[in-house]
Amino acid sequence: MNLELEEIKNATILRIKEKRLDAHNSPEFKDRMLKLLENGNVNIIIEMSEVRFVDSSGLGVLLSGFKNAASLKGGLILTGLQSQVKSMFELTRLHRVFKIYPTLEEALGQD
Amino acid sequence: MTGSNYQSRVKVDVVIPTNTRFLGLVGSIGEDVAREIDRYSGDREVLGYNLNLVLTEAMANVIAHGSNHRRNGGIKISIHVQENELLIRVKDKGKGFDLKSVPPPDLDNPTGGGLGLFFIKTLMDNVQYHQAKSGNVLEMRKQLR
Repeated sequence: MNLELEEIKNATILRIKEKRLDAHNSPEFKDRMLKLLENGNVNIIIEMSEVRFVDSSGLGVLLSGFKNAASLKGGLILTGLQSQVKSMFELTRLHRVFKIYPTLEEALGQD
Repeated sequence: MTGSNYQSRVKVDVVIPTNTRFLGLVGSIGEDVAREIDRYSGDREVLGYNLNLVLTEAMANVIAHGSNHRRNGGIKISIHVQENELLIRVKDKGKGFDLKSVPPPDLDNPTGGGLGLFFIKTLMDNVQYHQAKSGNVLEMRKQLR
């Protein structure tokens, strides 16, 4: 799975360089997030502007990352959601759980 | 196709290897079907995403619940559009599951579980699951307007 990591301020930006986040790559994505958290990177910004499709397992893995970050007194926020991807968060009401910002700049401003 | 006064039939039958790496392939077939349907007044991009999603979820479900699937020759998927109805059938020879035994997800206290079937039931109009010796069939219907 193609992911890019960048450290800015106190946050770790995790860019998903994939068109799909689904049951094929979400287990690996979960592992990568867990490793970040274990290494003390507890403030994570997931940048998703290249992701045009997310399924239930992708949402589940993001939710799990969010809960794990919160349990470590950190946070996980989302940015760059394409409109159809955002619709899936709304349909499942997960947009009320996550902090979602349109752009990375806005996410960094809030972090 | 422009100007035709009838819904042309779309009939796609494929057998997909039982492996998550082909989820994207199945999903893209759903998006292509959404583009091919005549006389659809709704948002085709949304329909394409939704068909991509229900096909992805149905296939991932088979992979998660199927047993001995590698010896059973893959997952048969048929997508038929006739008149104004779209019918997707997903057949497999795994262990199967009880559609009614899966509780709806508690969206106010999300755990991440049960969202796949939630998507299928929410985005399609009618969903049935049949288990038989010859295999299991998930039938999903949607009225196209």
